[in-house]
Amino acid sequence: MGSFQTKSKVSKPQNPGGHGLKENELWQLSGLIEYRPRAKYDFSAGQALGIFLEKLKEGKIVGSRCPRCGRIYVPPRSYCEYCLVPTIEIVEVPDTGTVHTAVISYIRTTRERMEKPEIVGIIRLDVPGYSTNEYEFAGLFHRLCGVTPEDVISGNVIGMKVRAKWKPPEKRKGSILDIECFEPLPAYGNP
Amino acid sequence: MVHLMPSRPRVAIIGVGVYGPKHTIPELSFRELAFEAALRAYRDAGIDDPRRDIDAFIGCQEDFWEGIAIADEFIPEPIGGVLRPTFTVSGDGLQGVAQAYMLIRTGYFDVVSVEAHAKPSDIRTFDGIMELAFDPNYLRPVVPPNYHFYAALEAKAFMELAGATREDLALVVAKNKNIGLLNPRSISAAPVSPCDVLEAPMVSDPLTAMDIADPVDVGVVVVLASDDTVSRLGVEDRAVWIEGIGYGTETGSFERHEIGRAPSVRLASARALGEAGISNAFNELDFIETDDRYSFFEPLTLFEAGITQDPIKDLREGTFDPGGPLPVNLSGGSLSWGWPLEATGLLRLVHAIEFIRRNGGKGLAISWRGIPTYTSSAIVVSGEG
Ligand SMILES: [Zn+2]
Repeated sequence: MGSFQTKSKVSKPQNPGGHGLKENELWQLSGLIEYRPRAKYDFSAGQALGIFLEKLKEGKIVGSRCPRCGRIYVPPRSYCEYCLVPTIEIVEVPDTGTVHTAVISYIRTTRERMEKPEIVGIIRLDVPGYSTNEYEFAGLFHRLCGVTPEDVISGNVIGMKVRAKWKPPEKRKGSILDIECFEPLPAYGNP
Repeated sequence: MVHLMPSRPRVAIIGVGVYGPKHTIPELSFRELAFEAALRAYRDAGIDDPRRDIDAFIGCQEDFWEGIAIADEFIPEPIGGVLRPTFTVSGDGLQGVAQAYMLIRTGYFDVVSVEAHAKPSDIRTFDGIMELAFDPNYLRPVVPPNYHFYAALEAKAFMELAGATREDLALVVAKNKNIGLLNPRSISAAPVSPCDVLEAPMVSDPLTAMDIADPVDVGVVVVLASDDTVSRLGVEDRAVWIEGIGYGTETGSFERHEIGRAPSVRLASARALGEAGISNAFNELDFIETDDRYSFFEPLTLFEAGITQDPIKDLREGTFDPGGPLPVNLSGGSLSWGWPLEATGLLRLVHAIEFIRRNGGKGLAISWRGIPTYTSSAIVVSGEG
């Protein structure tokens, strides 16, 4: 029985454990195809998110209330995922809240270091009369500004009172970016 | 030692819900489409509290159609599946029904909900998405810009094998588009004659624009239940029983597939008809709802399912017309109500169920997953309890 041999540029893996190929090594692989997908979409916001985005233009944050359990969804949903009933009532909620959790992002997905680390977090909004617990509340995910990386690392940011920093009305487009970020409210005793 | 075998419950479809179809449903998001369909299906099934009474939830979709990676995670919420057993079938809705059927047959689940939706109106580069389905290393550089070429190749080969002409395909189109005028869900039914079809603008020879179903938006949910549940809910009058179901895939290879044939339909139908104990499908079935997203596919499926050895002769003789010996696509088919991506099989099944609820009898529904797949499913449904 003879051994079966193949003749190719790469006779055996250089590093069976795996390592990243350099750009020039990559292009030596035969038959490599570069492809850029043509994948474009126009996502319908639908009824509930549509109202949410419209109201952002007016500098308002709205949610929807479940008629059965009273949960308030921010951003609004047109249904309650727990009761599976339509949530018809749209309610305006304050643009203030408390930081529930936050992180610092230092690098991009492609691993380049960012010039300025970005801080994002989850803000538990001050929705009156809405009973909350540790895991369920009316809140938003957004950027935090006026907060230092040290605040995040030390954990001081948790529980910080914050308010939405709105873009000027003429620059709002009906996008979540109509809110630039959430920033600390010194009046509430923040450091 | 006595082994207690778990009982194998019979399975019925007890509820159907549909929102759409329409060429575009701009007022609802895909989540809201699923929710609207779910509300209708759960009411139809006589379920008071879907959060309590449904044991598992299955969504059927494909990420690139959605434009969302891991789109499965979005579907539990609008159909009642939060904090409940849920999973996704990345395929046609009828494949999802097969999974639900098997869950109930295990005896561990009594009621299972199956959802599929389509929002092609959200896709701006539909041809770009279709291109992504082709082998990236050697096919994408050569595929023509219009993806219908793929179906046209199959159509040509089928016509050669079956002795069919373009006039025969036009007969299918005229039949289905005229029947569709009676179906309120139709989006492209019309009182057309075969001549109108032959004169329609050619898309990819031999297929004209009229031979090809339009992509449509829709939300569809169906509810399956065990025989015990049917009795407990008291919904015997609207229960339609699954007598047999099957699905299968031929090959992922374009060139090596049996061109002009559909072995996946053959596999799926043989499984479904066999399980239903049907040996002479032509005589034992009362109607068929089959895939006609391209006109030629209707007679091809009838051949592959073993309904007839000469579907073209039968077509010419009016065998499959309403009132004929074995009516095919009494809903008007996809040529009337469209091609809602992965929801196509589920919407076809809904039409079969509605027909049985009105008229009783036994029917076969067949769904292909469409180009460029070689995957199909088939189901035999019956009004007999
Ligand atoms: Zn609720």
